[in-house]
Amino acid sequence: MHTLSVAELSKSLKNKEFSSVELTQHYLDRINRSDLNAFITVTDELALSQARAADAKLANGSGSVLTGIPFAHKDIFCTKGVKTSAGSKILDPFISPYDATLSHKLNIENMVMLGKTNMDEFAMGSSNENSFYGPVKNPWNKKMVPGGSSGGSAAAVAGRLSPFATGTDTGGSIRQPSSLCGITGIKPTYGRVSRYGMIAYASSLDQAGPMTQTAEDAALVLNAIAGFDEKDSTSALRDVPDYTKSLRDSIKGLKIGIPKEFFSDGLDSSVEKVITESMKEFEAMGAELQQISLPNSAYAIPTYYIVAPCECSSNLSRLDGVRYGYRCKDPKDLNDLYLRSRSEGFGDEVKRRIMIGTYALSAGYYDAYYLKAQKVRQLISEDFKKAFQNVDLIMGPVSPTTAFELGAIKDPVSMYLADIYTLSANLAGLPGMSIPAGFSNNLPVGLQMIGNYWSEEVLLNAAHQFQTQTDWHSVLPENI
Amino acid sequence: MAWETVIGLEIHSQLNTKSKIFSGASTEFGAEPNTQACAVDLGLPGVLPVLNKEVVNMALRFGLAVNAKINQHSIFARKNYFYPDLPKGYQISQFEIPIVGKGAIDISTEEGGAKMVGITRAHLEEDAGKSIHDLYEDHSAIDFNRAGTPLLEIVSEPDMRSAKEAVTYAKKIHALVQYIGICDGNMQEGSFRCDANVSIRKKGSKKLGTRAELKNINSFKFLEKAINIEIERQQDILEDGGEVVQETRLYDAVKNETRSMRTKEEANDYRYFPDPDLLPVDIEDEMLTEIKNSLPELPTEKKNRFISEIGLSDYDAENLTAQKSLADYYEVMLNDGAEAKLSANWVMGELSAALNKNQIDVQDSPISARELSELVKRISDDTISGKIAKDVFKAMWKGNGRVDDIIESQGLKQMTDVGAIEDIIDGIIANNIEQVKQFKAGNTKLLGYFVGQVMKATQGKANPKQVNKILNDKLS
Repeated sequence: MHTLSVAELSKSLKNKEFSSVELTQHYLDRINRSDLNAFITVTDELALSQARAADAKLANGSGSVLTGIPFAHKDIFCTKGVKTSAGSKILDPFISPYDATLSHKLNIENMVMLGKTNMDEFAMGSSNENSFYGPVKNPWNKKMVPGGSSGGSAAAVAGRLSPFATGTDTGGSIRQPSSLCGITGIKPTYGRVSRYGMIAYASSLDQAGPMTQTAEDAALVLNAIAGFDEKDSTSALRDVPDYTKSLRDSIKGLKIGIPKEFFSDGLDSSVEKVITESMKEFEAMGAELQQISLPNSAYAIPTYYIVAPCECSSNLSRLDGVRYGYRCKDPKDLNDLYLRSRSEGFGDEVKRRIMIGTYALSAGYYDAYYLKAQKVRQLISEDFKKAFQNVDLIMGPVSPTTAFELGAIKDPVSMYLADIYTLSANLAGLPGMSIPAGFSNNLPVGLQMIGNYWSEEVLLNAAHQFQTQTDWHSVLPENI
Repeated sequence: MAWETVIGLEIHSQLNTKSKIFSGASTEFGAEPNTQACAVDLGLPGVLPVLNKEVVNMALRFGLAVNAKINQHSIFARKNYFYPDLPKGYQISQFEIPIVGKGAIDISTEEGGAKMVGITRAHLEEDAGKSIHDLYEDHSAIDFNRAGTPLLEIVSEPDMRSAKEAVTYAKKIHALVQYIGICDGNMQEGSFRCDANVSIRKKGSKKLGTRAELKNINSFKFLEKAINIEIERQQDILEDGGEVVQETRLYDAVKNETRSMRTKEEANDYRYFPDPDLLPVDIEDEMLTEIKNSLPELPTEKKNRFISEIGLSDYDAENLTAQKSLADYYEVMLNDGAEAKLSANWVMGELSAALNKNQIDVQDSPISARELSELVKRISDDTISGKIAKDVFKAMWKGNGRVDDIIESQGLKQMTDVGAIEDIIDGIIANNIEQVKQFKAGNTKLLGYFVGQVMKATQGKANPKQVNKILNDKLS
């Protein structure tokens, strides 16, 4: 059962080949046997009760296409009555009293939550090594990282511990682990999916999306989670198309731009080879390739590492040990309570970004850092705007390398380079996607696609067409 | 040495919306602690603010009422600092671009003239919760009910030159926000709070002195006292050759002193930046026109109307329009047909005195505007004299019934029977031969004596005008 996609499971459930309870139990057993450390919390009882409710719906024919399908939530989405930690010690004691809009939307489909997946603390990281709950192992090679920050979600889907998982992407956190784990992940346009109840890292960059086995599954899940939310002022008041409708459209004549900046010195040559091969596949399907330039993309890393820390330094201020979450033992006074609760509760990378952000927003530095970064961000967006006058899609690598060894990268700045190709889509607010495109040394390589605003249909269509011609997405790691 | 005082005020006016500025929780005052704080107000992980559109309307009403420049594109910013009653670790406020820009308002000066006080800006922001330090012996408590209550912070230019002037300005703003229905003005409940920036400089100097910001002032009386005590403190420092330190000072009403809360060096760096969770506030021209048209008559307009149409003096008109509730009361009397000038005298005289003495707001007056207008009408139609009316007023205040019932039951009706009054006067003339002689010899001052005798004999019920006339006729 666990090798089936969401679309296939949906048919099987409808045809009563197995029940949602059976399916759920099967995944729970797999999770229990797994050593990937992909989950922070497994919600066995809740899952089985949701599965029973789903089976009742399926029995009377009132279920939707997603009813009864098990899935896992990145532990950044608030789930009522369930621990929501964001991978941090400071939220280890936090049981959310409410559901994120995205959680609510999947609940009303009568889906089955298996648990909450591991992640880099507050979504800060590219290897999932920054989790209070320990690193996650890559199912393709357990010595390797799964990528981050949605590393638990990526590993859970790649290891078939869950048919799909939710993720969030602030600088590449859906696409990069999808690439490193060989799954399909889409970061929608900023504002497409509500951020309400998704613990904020960098509010102007954060966006939630599905992490799945196939583009078709991504379309099915996106159908359920996209749309305006009156609880999120930055969500777009804009109709949501049926993303499955255009999957089968021909991509003949699709104009694909290949930014020369994405094939720079830092790109691993074996990754480059896979990407180049997959481009040829698109060409064979009738797409037209052309080289383009995104001249300001070189500034994506410094820009991102000002904007995101500035916002997170403020977003994480609420974690003060006063109302909820971790509080230090026997605080002497208020200052001691703040200092020790936060020093003991946050990990190093989070502290680093809070300090960078606090510094960059300080009186006298604001113009030089925050304002400057906003201006560069504008320039990066304009590069894309120009490019999309001539092309329908932009393609390139997701990450300069395949999965690297756990513990191999110790220098934070070297780690930041893992997101060099993904950051600019967040800075511009554009939709981006990673799809399995091949292997290098038995490790998956993801192809990145960046679309124009609100062009998720184009991305999913191109991805689905690629997946009808290739089977990289259905290759399984050993022993699955 | 002659010093000049320079004062600017920051007024926090709580907007009287039903729900909070960024959440759907109720803003009602006095609920059980922490029963009116939702996930958003508590700053739980993942929650997002959504702007209550009504607060924008209210801010615009204020802006238009003080002829301010309206910023049709304004931005919410985060003001970052840590405090336990600030749930998110930042306050959502407006910084670089507030919704209301420069405006002005006229106030009356002590000398009887008018003076324009500039308004620098007015911006929207959320209130914090409330720390309670005296409830438990060993720890503090926090009530988050107030967290997220909408505030309009109205910042004045440093245009005021005395504590009295500052109070006049504050009262004017206090009246205005009630006139336009955006704030209940309740200072005890903290709906209207003033911080004063006070500095002094040598008379004639153009340069501003170093200022102190006075906080924790919850009445106009304390505003005046706090400023005056601060002026004295700064004068003492400067006259001893010292320097005033820029700082925030708390006013202690019990000791009538200000004391340092934090100096400039200890002040927070608030690290303001645009709040990425909220969109800019964009205001269409049509919306501005609509709000402009919906504004009620403002205090100054009302005052001018009272002068030009009703013929009140500037002084009376100013006093009657200073408080919306008082003006409303007066206008009910006018609409009821009570004579305007006489009504004005009664509202500002007996009624205001009784309200002040008993510390009652006019809206809670035991004598309604209609009842007082009945009384005024009984004076106008000569049923009772003004003097008797004061006794009737006292009886009404005690709740002894309606005007006519009191007059009837206590037999206070004025004597209008000319024959009866003439009989009494004849008797008095007969009994005061000496005084009549003197009067006829030219001592006309004695008329008052005769009037007094008549009023005494009639227990004040004789119509003074009639008495005067008859006496003059009989004695000449």
